[in-house]
Amino acid sequence: MRRWLPPLALLAAAAGIWELVVRAAHVPDYEFPAPSAVARAFADDSGLLARATAVTVREVVLGYVIAVVAALALAVVIHWSAAVRRALLPILVASQTVPTVVLAPVLAILLGFGIGPKLAVVAIVCFFPIVVNAVDGFRATDPDLVRMMRTLDGGRRAVFTRVEWPGALPAIFSGARVAATYAAVGAVFGEWAGSSSGLGFVMLQAQPELDTARIFACVVVLSLLALALYGLVTLAERLLVPWSHA
Amino acid sequence: MQVATQQESGVVVDGVRRVLGGRVVLDELDLVVPLHGRLGVVGRSGSGKSTLLGLVAGLDVADAGVISVAGGSALMPQKDCLLPWRSALDNACLALENRGVDRRAARRRAADLFARVGLAGTEQLRPSELSGGMRQRVAFVRTLLADKEVLLLDEPFGALDAITRGELQEWLRETLADEPRTVVLVTHDVEEAIVLCDEVAVLAGGRIVASFAVDVEPVRTDAAFVELRERVLEAIA
Repeated sequence: MRRWLPPLALLAAAAGIWELVVRAAHVPDYEFPAPSAVARAFADDSGLLARATAVTVREVVLGYVIAVVAALALAVVIHWSAAVRRALLPILVASQTVPTVVLAPVLAILLGFGIGPKLAVVAIVCFFPIVVNAVDGFRATDPDLVRMMRTLDGGRRAVFTRVEWPGALPAIFSGARVAATYAAVGAVFGEWAGSSSGLGFVMLQAQPELDTARIFACVVVLSLLALALYGLVTLAERLLVPWSHA
Repeated sequence: MQVATQQESGVVVDGVRRVLGGRVVLDELDLVVPLHGRLGVVGRSGSGKSTLLGLVAGLDVADAGVISVAGGSALMPQKDCLLPWRSALDNACLALENRGVDRRAARRRAADLFARVGLAGTEQLRPSELSGGMRQRVAFVRTLLADKEVLLLDEPFGALDAITRGELQEWLRETLADEPRTVVLVTHDVEEAIVLCDEVAVLAGGRIVASFAVDVEPVRTDAAFVELRERVLEAIA
């Protein structure tokens, strides 16, 4: 609890200063709403925000799960086959220069306006950090441990399941944590490319109405979502990788 | 009719040569360890001791010569190489699990051995919770449970302090009396080789230059022990 105190105090102070400055300068809410106006938007639009959040949470969680499963599967293939690694890894790294935001409208055309393109954007955004960290984690295995396994009748498979996989878990989780912070952003981009619900959709609708406070409320929810996912992944790591916290 | 005059061998190394990076590390190397015999190989750093063990363990291939090992070999590396995510008991079970032995059966066997060699109570501890000496004991039990006739020990106590080292040498003597195996021990510690082995061979210039039968009690302060140690050290120099 104690380590949460300094950042929370800093946030509260920043919000206080923000409130004071906005009021003193008489900035209208549609230009830059004070924290109190954002809080009012939460109260007034609670039903709308709750429904939109439910939609976006579903996209974030499902998209993230798809990313984790696909990334781990590909990392294993890359690790097992030198040929695949040589062919695929450079392309994978180069593909990161493509701004995924640009892909969102294309995916919407391809996959329609349902949940499909949102899941695809979330998965694509989250995929890369997990693959790269997992591949690095597998390759970082101590060669002495592999030698030890070989002298104890351990085949390729035993080496992977008993040494390489558990040894790579901390690296996999650091990739998964980075990806967790991208997932909410991915969902919003997916919704912006075409949707009729979700937090991104609410933001788009609030913009022409100059309901800036509502947009800020969405941003707050999205941050909390990312934080919650990050927290869940960290919790899972504590449960599944207890030895690295001893 | 055949007369069994020749003693059965655990390890035979015949005319082995190994060149690494253009340097002849081992050359025309011969050695024989009888079944259940214990050979200590001593020599300076870089004399090729670990290369020799790697060849006998089958991790490396000789450029010339023949190596035969009765009943397979298991290597105990210099580092304990315990897996941090496994308990002490499950680390010891690795070889059994690798051979497809059911996990519960493997644990029963390992627990039985733990109790016999003074490791009772450490079964569920993770390696990070064990002292250096305890970790080496678990690593040795893991090697024993590979069920191989030949144990290859590479500086097994090199990373330990002098007192723990002495304790572990004593422990290893007792454990080997209980579970007799053919042992090749590589060490730079001449006393360790004399205490643990029944023969000490000196490796220099890529071959065995001298060999001594250990006919002294394992008491470091005895005159006979000291004299043997001096003779071995002389051969190394």
